[in-house]
Amino acid sequence: MEINTEKNSYTLMFAIGLVVIVGTLLAAVDSSLKDKIRVNKLLEKQQNILYAIGINENQGNSVSFIAADKAEQEFKKYITKQIYIENNNVIEDKDAYLIDVKKEKALAKDPDYSRKLPLFIAEKDEKKLYVAPIRGKGLWDAIWAYVSMDENMTIQGIYFDHKAETPGLGANIKQRFFMDDFIGEALLDSNGNFKGVNVSKTNLDPKNNDKYDNEVDAIAGSTITGDGVTAMIRSDLSLYQSYFNKIKNN
Amino acid sequence: MGFLSKKDAKLISDPLSDNNPITVQVLGICSALAITAELEASVVMSVSVLFVMGVGNVVISMIRNIVPSKIRIIVQLTVIATLVIIVDLVLKAFAYELSKTLSVFIGLIITNCIIMGRFEAFALGNGLWRSFLDGIGNAFGYAVILIIVGFFRELLGSGTLWGIAVLGDPIDKTGLYALGYENNGFMLLSPMALIVVGIIIWIQRARSKHLIEE
Repeated sequence: MEINTEKNSYTLMFAIGLVVIVGTLLAAVDSSLKDKIRVNKLLEKQQNILYAIGINENQGNSVSFIAADKAEQEFKKYITKQIYIENNNVIEDKDAYLIDVKKEKALAKDPDYSRKLPLFIAEKDEKKLYVAPIRGKGLWDAIWAYVSMDENMTIQGIYFDHKAETPGLGANIKQRFFMDDFIGEALLDSNGNFKGVNVSKTNLDPKNNDKYDNEVDAIAGSTITGDGVTAMIRSDLSLYQSYFNKIKNN
Repeated sequence: MGFLSKKDAKLISDPLSDNNPITVQVLGICSALAITAELEASVVMSVSVLFVMGVGNVVISMIRNIVPSKIRIIVQLTVIATLVIIVDLVLKAFAYELSKTLSVFIGLIITNCIIMGRFEAFALGNGLWRSFLDGIGNAFGYAVILIIVGFFRELLGSGTLWGIAVLGDPIDKTGLYALGYENNGFMLLSPMALIVVGIIIWIQRARSKHLIEE
């Protein structure tokens, strides 16, 4: 039987049928894979945090995380305490790493809301490291980072990631040559005021020998991503300063 | 290609030369500009498009007799988007690392006009096997240009290939840089991709004169 595919009723039925089939198919695939994807995302977060404190499998110039099946165990081993800071109160929470920084940041736009600031305290080689998750905007979409600091707010390790920065340009913030520049950079100036780290296009120190200039070299062709990194460090990490002042005074 | 008839073999070989989707049909330029600053990104994009084109063309060819012509473009978009989303979800669940590399390209694959163009021009009027060949043929034609552009942009723009420094270290001034050579940062920006594509078109038309329009 020949069907008349030009009839309006047929077109409508076809459209409805297509939507139902495609919708069911996508919903089925999504819900059957949801749990697996969620676990993968958590493991990735743990891998990222471990990367920031220097637990990784980097060789040469590569960025290699610790294997996903080892992540949970290593995370338990190194991250000795998880806290969040709310209204200057420090609250211990062993699942602080599940706090959604994106959500907290969005909610914090409301002046009545007190934002939860998660912080993970790691112990590595007898040294205490403080890892803070931060989040900001790049050129196309979100960028985020895990920054590990010592008690003087000097960066000890950093891991950047992004949702959709331009490959070859802004996406290079997650390359070693960019991330490693931050290691050793002080976030405070010599008077102890928060300055952050500027991703600078007029940096006169491309080899990054001066760790107290609050500057790293920018990537050519990624001005807006770089500015996003600068802004993210300034806006999000400065919130932790009062906590660091407190532990220094104790 | 012994197992392909002459006509079928042409479906693969034509897009590589006289009917190249980028340089002759001038389709898919947007993604050729966007992601060719690095060789690796070009290859990843090419492989993704190869998959979507191959499978998409077959799916469209399968339903070609029942698709109402009034909404065929929407149907085509739905098929591409569904395929891409399913691939993305499966990768996220089973090959998480790979999926992160690919996630940037998902949007670019859906909007790639070569895919739409082949669905519209070929798969809607041809059988499964020929549509499949046409799909992968055009994907290869696309890949060739992407890889050539990516090669030159990464080499001249960053002095690296596949992320490996091949011309020496620009900061320590070793290798070629010791002679005063500098990376051309302009190569990393999209306008230069257009110029490189333009040069390829020039070379191609200079060699096969019949491509030149009156």
